[in-house]
Amino acid sequence: MPMDAREIEELIRAALPDASVTIRDLAGDGDHYAATVVSETFRGKSRVQQHQIVYQALKGQMGGQLHALALQTSAGPIAQQDATKGM
Amino acid sequence: MSARDQIASAIAENDVVLFMKGTPQFPQCGFSGQVVQILDYLGAPYKGVNVLASDEMRQGIKEFSNWPTIPQLYVKGEFVGGCDIIREMFQAGELQSHLKEAGVELKQTA
Repeated sequence: MPMDAREIEELIRAALPDASVTIRDLAGDGDHYAATVVSETFRGKSRVQQHQIVYQALKGQMGGQLHALALQTSAGPIAQQDATKGM
Repeated sequence: MSARDQIASAIAENDVVLFMKGTPQFPQCGFSGQVVQILDYLGAPYKGVNVLASDEMRQGIKEFSNWPTIPQLYVKGEFVGGCDIIREMFQAGELQSHLKEAGVELKQTA
């Protein structure tokens, strides 16, 4: 049973409450999506670690029910006051 | 030899290993094909391992790396990433430097 975009977004948000999540359905078959996830949790982590955090949020659906999720992750810009603090 | 041992020895015996669906000559999945194209474009010598050869291999590699999808690229024993990460690194020029730093000779860089 394929997954729908809202379900993917909810799972990611549950694990990353601060995340901004955008999901694009690539094929309309519930199996091929692209997702962009921005979260402070990713700061300082490698790309592999960032993607693993998202895969864990999807509770084993990745590679099973969800065949393809083109993933782009980032920690986003450093928040303004943190930037000045670091001067 | 168990699937796990086959995986470990392929990684130990080759500087660059691509666990993929199909073979470099005949990729059987778009994502695997994309990484093959990138490695061929860079002229990076690599060993392709077809995980479709056995279910144990296909499942074993996911457990080995704690990564749920195929393809998976290893350089000097280290898991570098799947299709998204390899494409992102290639576009940023990071894959070229990562391979060079690992002592992998590239025939041509982008």
